[in-house]
Amino acid sequence: MSLIAFLGAIETGLLFGLVALGVFLSFRVLNFPDLTVDGSLPLGAAVAATLIVLGWNPWIATAMAMLGGAMAGLVTAWLNVRLKILHLLASILTMIALYSVNLRIMGRPNQPLLGEETVFTPLEAFGLPFYVTSLILFFVVALVIKLMLDWFLSSQIGLAMRATGANARMARAQGVRTEAMVLLGMALSNALVALAGALFAQAQGGADVSMGVGVIVVGLAAVIMGEAVMSTRVIILATLACVIGSILYRLAVALALNADFIGLQAQDLKLITALLVVIAMTLPGMRGKFLKRVKA
Amino acid sequence: MLKLAQKAVAAALLAALPFTAQAADKSVKVTSIVEHPALDATRDGIRDELEAQGFKAGEGLRWEYQSAQGDTGTAAQIARKFVGDRADVIVAIATPSAQAAVAAARGSIPVVFSAVTDPVAARLVKSWEEPGGNVTGVSDALPLERHLDLAQEILPDLKRLGVLFNPGEVNSVSTVASLKEAAGARGIQVVEGSAPDTNSVLGAARSLVGRVDAIYIPTDNTVVSALEAVVKVGQDSKLPVLAADTASVPRGAIAAVGFDYYDVGRQTGKIVAEILRGKPAGEIPVQGIETVTLSVNPASAERMGVTLPEAVLSRAEVVQ
Repeated sequence: MSLIAFLGAIETGLLFGLVALGVFLSFRVLNFPDLTVDGSLPLGAAVAATLIVLGWNPWIATAMAMLGGAMAGLVTAWLNVRLKILHLLASILTMIALYSVNLRIMGRPNQPLLGEETVFTPLEAFGLPFYVTSLILFFVVALVIKLMLDWFLSSQIGLAMRATGANARMARAQGVRTEAMVLLGMALSNALVALAGALFAQAQGGADVSMGVGVIVVGLAAVIMGEAVMSTRVIILATLACVIGSILYRLAVALALNADFIGLQAQDLKLITALLVVIAMTLPGMRGKFLKRVKA
Repeated sequence: MLKLAQKAVAAALLAALPFTAQAADKSVKVTSIVEHPALDATRDGIRDELEAQGFKAGEGLRWEYQSAQGDTGTAAQIARKFVGDRADVIVAIATPSAQAAVAAARGSIPVVFSAVTDPVAARLVKSWEEPGGNVTGVSDALPLERHLDLAQEILPDLKRLGVLFNPGEVNSVSTVASLKEAAGARGIQVVEGSAPDTNSVLGAARSLVGRVDAIYIPTDNTVVSALEAVVKVGQDSKLPVLAADTASVPRGAIAAVGFDYYDVGRQTGKIVAEILRGKPAGEIPVQGIETVTLSVNPASAERMGVTLPEAVLSRAEVVQ
């Protein structure tokens, strides 16, 4: 694996770490299985790409993309808490609707950004290679978002949101407005996913309507991998685990891309990725068992 | 913060990275967004053409192929890998992979795209004639004028042409836009039938019955996957179905002026070979489809209430 490929994997991992944080917020904190993600990632990409091409400042375009993601999350939450549609179905409905919405926003299925001014353009002035600048930017963004999320989840509202997910009835008895918590949490979660989409489109050279396919699976895998490889007893570790899990997943993909030396071919990629993830998740446990056996 | 075991895993992952030495051989690295018969045929065409030009994989040519298996995150990683490996030429098949490759290569490595319908709209190149930016390639834009020629030759009274496509496929949307323009100039009205997934193809085909004189199927992955549903509607309602690719003719389309993605690959391979011999990619104009074949299915035409003209039958290279 070359340095560029290695840094590229870390970079993609940090970016999908934002998706993992969003998924963590919905699945883990709110206990709300949310598939909106598959639509809100391309939504963020579509909004940012369209606005940038129209001449908007890329940072404002990225902020608008987050706003779009938040609205998508609100729609899912509203379908659930107001119209009483089962959470899973509510999120599926928003996800499929977003496919058409994204096509409408872009006016076509693919909006290229090659040659446009993006959030990376000012960083290139420092003369560093692009694979370093984008890595630094993604690292800073992931770190800031993680710290903000840590702060939020330990604040009064954040604690109320965690209580809503842990035991909604008990939370209501304590005076928490649980419906408002679901609306807020889902908006935040999808805003993070849309942010990832907006940055990804700018790094990758364009937004594509199909880029959301399977994002929820990757996000969920990252969350669960993170939980498997490290302790998540406190919030600051739990959010860190999301990002670590996401980076590990991307390293597994990068490693699988280099697996040709043992006779594996392009079509084996996803199989090898899955096997590497299994190994990464079970090795820590194996070590514990091994040590016990040695002691006995 | 990480436990010892995790550190060990991380170290093992890093140690497994093979830092391969650079040989004097030329290296061509090919990527496509997903496994697909057309995209795979393109890849095989590129490899065979390179071999014919004296660049044989394993003998003086280091050939590598990677598919993103439908994941855009992986597509970005593959592009980074190829740039990191310092490939002599990166070949990217289909638009999303091409955009990722151009974004990662940034002019430092020549990128040749293939099977991209509109490379200018996708911002891969500035223009067809002078692409610039160390990027060039082969477009698979359909030879629509030839398709309309054929449709009018078979159906001289053609006034309303139905077109079935998935509005989510970038190539189909641009094809339909061009089709409307080309057909409009001939006084033919285009009626759209949209099928966002394979399950809705049958319904979309039925919605065209009575509103059109014939159905035209562009190279739309979704609709072509469910072609049999369209053929059935055509046979039940005596509505001729014309296709844009010859592979759909044995499956029941009455005729097609098509091209083979294998030939698109061969054409792409010629460009790659030129670059390997030292020509800058940005100076090679983007090419359109060169080789076409006419394929007909008279039996299916009868079932759809059409008799193929003798001139068409005699010209056809493949008769089902």
